[in-house]
Amino acid sequence: MATSTEVARGDAVHRGEPVTVDRYTTGARINHWITAASLVLLALSGLALFHPSLFWLTGLFGGGPNTRAIHPWIGVVLFFSFIGLFIRFWKLNLWERTDNVWLGKIRDVLTSNEENLPEVGKYNAGQKMVFWSMSILIILLITSGIVIWEQYFGGYFSIEQRRLAVLVHALAAVAAICVWIVHVYAAIWVRGTISAMTSGRVTGGWAWRHHRKWLRELVSGK
Amino acid sequence: MTNSWTDIKNADVVWIMGGNAAEAHPCGFKWVTEAKAERGAKLMVVDPRFNRSAAMADHYSPIRSGSDIAFLSGVINYLLTNDKIQHEYVKNYTNISFIVKEGYGFQDGLFTGYNEGTRSYDKATWAYEMGPDGFVVKDETLSHPRSVYQIMKKHFAIYTPEMVERVTGAPKEKFLKVAEWAASTATKDRSMTIMYALGWTQHSHGAQNIRCAAMIQLLCGNIGVPGGGINALRGHSNVQGITDIGTLTASLPGYLAMPIDGEPTLESHLTKRQFKPIQANQTSYWQNYRKFYVSFLKSMYGAKATKENDFGYNWLPKLDVAYDVLRMFDVMHQGKTTGMLCQGFNPIMSVSNSRKVIAALSKLKFLVSMDPIETDTARFWENHGEFNNVDTASIKTEVFMLPVTAFLEEEGSFTNSSRAVMWKWQAADPYAQSRTDIAILSDLFIRIKKLYEKEGGKFVEPITAVDWNYKDPHHPSADELAKELNGKAIVDLKDAEGKVVRAAGQQLATFGEMRDDGSTDGVQWIYTGFYGPNGNWAMRRDNSDPSGMNVFGSWGFSWPANRRILYNRASADPAGKPWSDAKKYVFWDGKRWTGADVPDFVPTNAPSNGTGPFIMNAEGVSRLFAAPMADGPLPVHMEPFETPLASNPVFPKLKGNPVARVFKNDMEVFGNAKDFPIVATTYRLVEHFHYWTKSVHANAVTQPEFFVEISEQLAAEKGIKKGQMVRVWSNRGEVKGKAVVTKRLKPFKIDGKTVHQIGLPLNFGFIGETKTAAPINSLTPYVGDANSQTPEFKAFLVNIEPISGPVA
Amino acid sequence: MYPVIPNPIAKPIDAKFGEKDLVKRSASSITPASPRQTQVAKLIDVSKCIGCKACQVACLEWNNLTEEVGVNVGVYDNPHDLTPNTWTLMRYTEYENPESGNLEWLIRKDGCMHCEDPGCLKACPAPGAIVQYSNGIVDFVKANCIGCGYCVKGCPFNIPRISKVDNKAYKCSLCSDRVAVGQGPACQKACPTQAIVFGTKDEMKKWADFRIKDLKSRGFKNAGLYDPPGVQGTHVMYVLQHADKPNLYAGLADNPRISPLVEFWKGFTKYAGLTAMIATAGFGLLHHVVAGANRVTEHDEQEAKKLAEK
Repeated sequence: MATSTEVARGDAVHRGEPVTVDRYTTGARINHWITAASLVLLALSGLALFHPSLFWLTGLFGGGPNTRAIHPWIGVVLFFSFIGLFIRFWKLNLWERTDNVWLGKIRDVLTSNEENLPEVGKYNAGQKMVFWSMSILIILLITSGIVIWEQYFGGYFSIEQRRLAVLVHALAAVAAICVWIVHVYAAIWVRGTISAMTSGRVTGGWAWRHHRKWLRELVSGK
Repeated sequence: MTNSWTDIKNADVVWIMGGNAAEAHPCGFKWVTEAKAERGAKLMVVDPRFNRSAAMADHYSPIRSGSDIAFLSGVINYLLTNDKIQHEYVKNYTNISFIVKEGYGFQDGLFTGYNEGTRSYDKATWAYEMGPDGFVVKDETLSHPRSVYQIMKKHFAIYTPEMVERVTGAPKEKFLKVAEWAASTATKDRSMTIMYALGWTQHSHGAQNIRCAAMIQLLCGNIGVPGGGINALRGHSNVQGITDIGTLTASLPGYLAMPIDGEPTLESHLTKRQFKPIQANQTSYWQNYRKFYVSFLKSMYGAKATKENDFGYNWLPKLDVAYDVLRMFDVMHQGKTTGMLCQGFNPIMSVSNSRKVIAALSKLKFLVSMDPIETDTARFWENHGEFNNVDTASIKTEVFMLPVTAFLEEEGSFTNSSRAVMWKWQAADPYAQSRTDIAILSDLFIRIKKLYEKEGGKFVEPITAVDWNYKDPHHPSADELAKELNGKAIVDLKDAEGKVVRAAGQQLATFGEMRDDGSTDGVQWIYTGFYGPNGNWAMRRDNSDPSGMNVFGSWGFSWPANRRILYNRASADPAGKPWSDAKKYVFWDGKRWTGADVPDFVPTNAPSNGTGPFIMNAEGVSRLFAAPMADGPLPVHMEPFETPLASNPVFPKLKGNPVARVFKNDMEVFGNAKDFPIVATTYRLVEHFHYWTKSVHANAVTQPEFFVEISEQLAAEKGIKKGQMVRVWSNRGEVKGKAVVTKRLKPFKIDGKTVHQIGLPLNFGFIGETKTAAPINSLTPYVGDANSQTPEFKAFLVNIEPISGPVA
Repeated sequence: MYPVIPNPIAKPIDAKFGEKDLVKRSASSITPASPRQTQVAKLIDVSKCIGCKACQVACLEWNNLTEEVGVNVGVYDNPHDLTPNTWTLMRYTEYENPESGNLEWLIRKDGCMHCEDPGCLKACPAPGAIVQYSNGIVDFVKANCIGCGYCVKGCPFNIPRISKVDNKAYKCSLCSDRVAVGQGPACQKACPTQAIVFGTKDEMKKWADFRIKDLKSRGFKNAGLYDPPGVQGTHVMYVLQHADKPNLYAGLADNPRISPLVEFWKGFTKYAGLTAMIATAGFGLLHHVVAGANRVTEHDEQEAKKLAEK
């Protein structure tokens, strides 16, 4: 099926016992884990400077000044790494009408009654929301981050702009961390998910249960 | 200063003009802020620029550079016409009632006796009328048409407020406020101090500027009283010291005169200086001149100075003319000078017309620069592009640089503007191999002396006869030199009854102990007492103020005789009573003179004797009419040599000062108002000390680059933007710098015509840490005051244009 | 002359305050020293300042700072702004007073105001990088500074500067090292006209009253003390001829206070943010406990197989 809306390059179904499905290419996985690692490091170093009770986290980065120096550079890594993810996944994350239906039945989502939900493509509405909110937050974070990156950009912005930026940065970071928690929890809660990002594969049953539309298109497109 | 820095605190009105104390004397200026804060004193500033002092002032009036005499004469006229004078003071303590001899006259700006050919005055007609008793004739009613009072009234009548505004550009109401405030002190209980500096001195009529101020102070009764005086603010920490010590070419230490060609013998020199009193019962202290002179000669030549050989007078050089700085470089420029020992002096920066100075230095065989820092002068031969564009290859002058210790690296004394001699101790080791000036000069002296002794010569005694009796002849100590300045008894000094009052070898306690028979020595009579029998008083640091009048008599030593206010007998009325409780200072207690200060008077001379307080004058009183001045007994408004006006608005026929020091070839390079319509003045910045601190990093940080201050109006007219490079040129040279466009300078309306004035700070050059600049004196004219020969740095003509370069 | 501060005694003496006398410490909760030491203040009398920059040079020298030689940009202010090395700076304003018609050259010594409620300290994330002693002095502790520049945002007076060399924040320390041994700050010591005076805050206020009375007598009817309540007062105060218009003096803040953005950031956001993150994680945990894992069933696998082999 040449015009599949749900299938990404590299997605494939392998017959066997059980059936396995290739969900993420090696490149995508590396890209994801770079992003993930930077995000974790950013969160840790950022939180260290966010609340005094967490300042001890700077110890992980070799002390306060190093934390201050490294954090923005990790941010740059995250930003470019996330651009990679964005390019890979943005199309598959475009919002569809069924996503609204899915969201409307959030109770069924939370109670794992997936048979009551519309069939889901590669990403469900929740995943899409994580994707888009991260996209927006990272743009906010990188722009506000540059404004407050004293070492290189200290002189380019007014103090009032910097004050606004530091507030935006903090709020966006809190939001991003919350989204991240949701993202990670969902991966844990929905068993069988993590292998998608470790080996790149999921079982056919996982795909049937959670992303049936995606699986159907994969199979039919084969 | 007639008074002292600390005494400024006693003033009710502080008038700063011809100076910018906040800028150039910030530490002394604190006494102005103290007077304001604690006494409620009013500060008024008159200056071409709204300067840092003006920023502190209660009243500011602008004035065109070089028109001070008109302004001040306007004040004198105001005082006379409104009768705002301290009558009792003026009548008793000035020559206002004296009658001037028949024949004195004044017309079209010139006094009688002018000789155009020699550019000089014959002062014969300026004398007082003398009575048959040998004393001056007076008219106590002041009504005699030739009385000084009547002459003055006539003389100053032309300087109406309207005339002042027309000549100086000071708006009438601003001028009048100055006059009113000055007049407010013509009372017994108020006083005004006048503070000035080089803004008055450095004009072709500088001495007359100061004369005007002295006259105002006398009319208001402000000389000799606390919070009064004419206070010359000296530019270096020790410039008072160097003038005291006699480095001026026409004077010996302590303002004794250098012998001149027509004075072959000691007697011929001394008889001219008898200063016989011209009123009854006057002190005329210069009658003691002989004692000071002989004591000086004894210090110079020691045992070799005897009565028989005129105490070695013969060995002193005799001047043919005065070798002031302008003459010195003019002679050098003529190629008549072989070598120059340039000690702590940076003449290409600090003397007018740098181009002429550089040309003069280029004609030397050798130049020795003795300085703690590398000076621009020591590198005058080096091409620094547009900043010092010389042809190095053509300069044959051999230059030696002798590094000397800086002031903190040696012991010695400073004499400040208050005439206070204060000891300073060595604070740091000499840098690298630098040596003290004393060591270098001693070494030089000893070598020259040896050469003379070995090879002989035409006239060897001036060198070989010098008494050089120091523990280490190669390095006389500061202590030894200080003692020598003070003087000592050579033999036991006895009083009339034969009692020994000062044993042989003892230091003298006062110059009153000096004798003219060779029994005392002492280089500098005015300093005698500073290192008396009780030790070195310059070291005293007792800041107690027993009288509560801010008089710190136990701090250092203030010459003469540790006196803090000169002529302080005038702080009491003729009967010896203080003029008022507020100004109680020195008074007669029934038996002797006493009070807050050392009386400037014979302590037991009762008021009933009628002796005047101005004991240095043969009159016993001060001079409103002053015949000794070279350019007239009364001030006259004279335009600067470079004037923006077609003619002098007061006396159209009078050009510049008719007797100013000017050489012919310099006359030719004066600029005219057509090509150079803008008035310029030079000044220092508080961030720098002359041409030194451009070599000091922290100072360079605070004022890094030469700039030109211009008004917003001139900037608009010429299209100059703030921070833009401008070129300023006179008929002698040019400089380039950044434009500081400011509201603090405003164009003047002079005689109906708009005249712009610009300001040029002088502290920048081509050696040092600051940005490179050409010497500001590339622009200035080579003309000096008629009395002091001080060059006219403060008023000259230039033109200005914007040039390409960074706009900040 | 006022006030009398004795010359230093030659033998070393113990510092009169130190770590034990802190009332505030950045990013730390401490028990404020009690009782507080007498509060000190530096009073800058703008009406007595001649703009000589002796304070600037004294500051460089005492604190062993080296500033670059700059250029002239058409004004007297040099350097042109505070820098990591220039902790105090004269700022010049030419003001034509519309009421009197007189020109006034207002010269203000800029530098840290040592706020009683210091915005820099509030913004600082590094424990102990900014401290406030019980006498009121706000000091930067270089060893603890991480160079984040938050103090720059926190300061209502635009004072701290971050060094490009060592990425540390710098500002006037009110010469806490001198004050600790009974001396006044270096700028005060160098000031030739006593435009800068130093003493207890009460003394300084009294002295200011005396000065204000003098200024009022000279026609400055709005003369007054600048001790802005928005930051609970400062330990560096100004006597201004026009206290009704502080902004005239090279942009001195009219009503300085810590920016609401900074207050929101360091107040609400800090706590709400932490709460939000904990709540999100807690919700996940709760959900997992209540709802359990979402597992793939054998049925799902069979369905997938069926589909794949179709």
